[in-house]
Amino acid sequence: MAELNISERQVGEVTVLDMDGKITIGEGSVALRTAIRRLLEEGKKKILLNLAKVGYIDSSGIGELVSSYTSINKEGGQLKLLNLTQKLQDLLTITKLLTVFDVYDSEEEALASFK
Amino acid sequence: MTLNVTLETTELRFPSRIEAIDEAAAAVAEFMNRLGIGEDIAFGVDMAVREAVTNAVVHGNKLDNAKEVELRLRNTPEVFEISVHDQGSGFNPTEVPDPTTDENILKPSGRGIFFMRNFMDEVDWSADPKGGTSVRMIKKL
Repeated sequence: MAELNISERQVGEVTVLDMDGKITIGEGSVALRTAIRRLLEEGKKKILLNLAKVGYIDSSGIGELVSSYTSINKEGGQLKLLNLTQKLQDLLTITKLLTVFDVYDSEEEALASFK
Repeated sequence: MTLNVTLETTELRFPSRIEAIDEAAAAVAEFMNRLGIGEDIAFGVDMAVREAVTNAVVHGNKLDNAKEVELRLRNTPEVFEISVHDQGSGFNPTEVPDPTTDENILKPSGRGIFFMRNFMDEVDWSADPKGGTSVRMIKKL
C-alpha cells in the first residue's frame, strides 16, 4: 500500500483532495507535490486538502504543505486545509503555520470560503 | 541491520536509505514501550528521532548506502538518551535559522531541528573525532 493515497473530487470550482496515510519524506511528500503540480497544470487553482486521515506528518511533509501553499498562491489560486488531526494542529501551532493556513473543521464552511 | 541489547543500552546500525527512518523509529518505539513511556512523550520522541535520522541519512550521509547511521538508545531512571551518528561532514547548528520568524515561515525546509529541540529536553551536536557528526537528545522521564 502506498504511504499516501490521494483521492480527488470536484465540488463546483473547488478541487478536494482526500488524503489517507503519511506525508513524510520520500513517497508521501512526493505524492502531494505531484498532485498539486498536476492540478495547477490543469488550471485547477482552488484546492482544499482534507487531512482527516493523515495520521502522521514530518518536517518534510509540513514543508510540502508550505510549498503547495506558495506555488498555488503564485498562480493566483487558494489552498485551504480541512479536518486537521489534533497532532497536526499542534505541529502547525508550534511552527506558527496556523497563522498562515486557512483551516476548517467543516467541509461546507471551507467550500463556502473560496472566492 | 545489526542489534546489540544490554540492560541499559541498545545500539543499531542502518544503511543510509529512507527506510532507515521507519526502522529507527520502530526500534525507539519498542524501547519506549519497554520503559513504559506514555503516549504524549512517545509522540514527541518519535518525531525527534525521525528528524534526527532523516538529517543523518539525507544531509549527513547524502543517501550513500556505503555509509551507516548509528543509533544508540540508553536509559537511566531519570532520562532517555538517544544518539544518532552519521558519517557526513557536519554542520553548524547555530547557523540554522528559526523557521517561525516572518522571513522564514514560508520556507519549505528547516523545521526538522526545530522539532527536535521542541520535543526533547536537551539536544546537542558534536563532531566525532573518528569522523562524522553525532546528535545527542535527552528526554527527562
